[in-house]
Amino acid sequence: MAEVDNKALFEFLVRMGDNTLILGHRVSEWCGHAPILEEDIALANTALDLLGQTKMWLDYAGKVQGEGKTADDLAFLRDAWDLRNVLLVELPNGDFGQTLMRQFLFDAWHSIILGHLLKSSDDDVRAIAQKASKEVAYHLERSADTVVGLGDGTPESHKRMQAALDYLWPYVGEMFETDDIDRAMAAAGVAPEPSGLKADFDALTGRVLADATLTIPEGKFAHKGGRNGYMHTEHLGHLLCEMQWLQRAYPGCEW
Amino acid sequence: MAHPSTEQVWEWLEAVPDPEIPVLTLTDLGIIRNVDWEGDTCVVTVTPTYSGCPATSIINLDIETALRDRGLTKIELRNQLDPAWTTDWMSEKGREKLEKYGIAPPQPAGGPERCPHCGSPNVEKLSQFGSTPCKAQWRCKDCLEPFEYFKCI
Repeated sequence: MAEVDNKALFEFLVRMGDNTLILGHRVSEWCGHAPILEEDIALANTALDLLGQTKMWLDYAGKVQGEGKTADDLAFLRDAWDLRNVLLVELPNGDFGQTLMRQFLFDAWHSIILGHLLKSSDDDVRAIAQKASKEVAYHLERSADTVVGLGDGTPESHKRMQAALDYLWPYVGEMFETDDIDRAMAAAGVAPEPSGLKADFDALTGRVLADATLTIPEGKFAHKGGRNGYMHTEHLGHLLCEMQWLQRAYPGCEW
Repeated sequence: MAHPSTEQVWEWLEAVPDPEIPVLTLTDLGIIRNVDWEGDTCVVTVTPTYSGCPATSIINLDIETALRDRGLTKIELRNQLDPAWTTDWMSEKGREKLEKYGIAPPQPAGGPERCPHCGSPNVEKLSQFGSTPCKAQWRCKDCLEPFEYFKCI
């Protein structure tokens, strides 16, 4: 098996950690605003799990990087161009249906990749995947159930869920894009090539979206540029403004 | 200098309550995985219940405080992720205490066996999530009381 290149491993780890960081923050924006109390609590719990996973990924990334940075340093002191999350997770919440559709599309990919990471050649990656996969299985159960409930619900909820799927689907392709970093990780046995996860993803989403009576858009176009740092959407900067405000205004502040 | 035995340290830890569900102790929850002496340092290995659970840092603080109160000065806490925590590690005593407290204990079937208030098996799920990451909300269809269920993971 190929040697692990620390630079590539760092990139892989921040891709994992930035996905959960940015989605965790987005979902936390619902706190106090969800349509009913149970959903509010569910969203906040999901955000909390994602932030916990972020800490594990980014702490390990900081260790691999070797510059003495903590998860907090990486989360709060990098600007948009250094973040490596996929574009899907930084998109605005939209309505409740759009939030849950985004969650379902992400959970489906997340549960599949974590399943592979349980067999990673890297001990820390394997341990984080063990912990995270239990939580993500639970997220997927809820987001899939809710997508079916709303898709196969009233004419209004169906219409909104179809609109959410039409809007979000072009952002799905980026999760399966494979570049040199992914190939290096696959060669070292750390992580699977993302392109190889597509068949399982299509089977899972195909089944749930059919139950939800929703139609998957036909277009093959995919928005890209988040996970390789080429270009994020304009939404990420606004999100960071709020998320990083305290550390920017009072550097090194602790309590 | 002779140090207290690991059995003694376990006994002390058995008295430390969980900060969120104080009816349970840390050993009831099964999150203390090991106690050992490395030279004159007492090493306690702890595994988190949920990765984002805010109680984790308080638990570490409580362990340290409890051991310092007993006169230990060199304490090291180790965080262990693998194998991941499972509700199978919860003690039998812990399950009984939970139910008496009004929280249905975890079941492999994925839902509570019975209402912790009236004992009826006629229960339904309200929400997959509850007031802490480790619980879900259920309700009894006989006594009509809502209750929390400790999720099985």
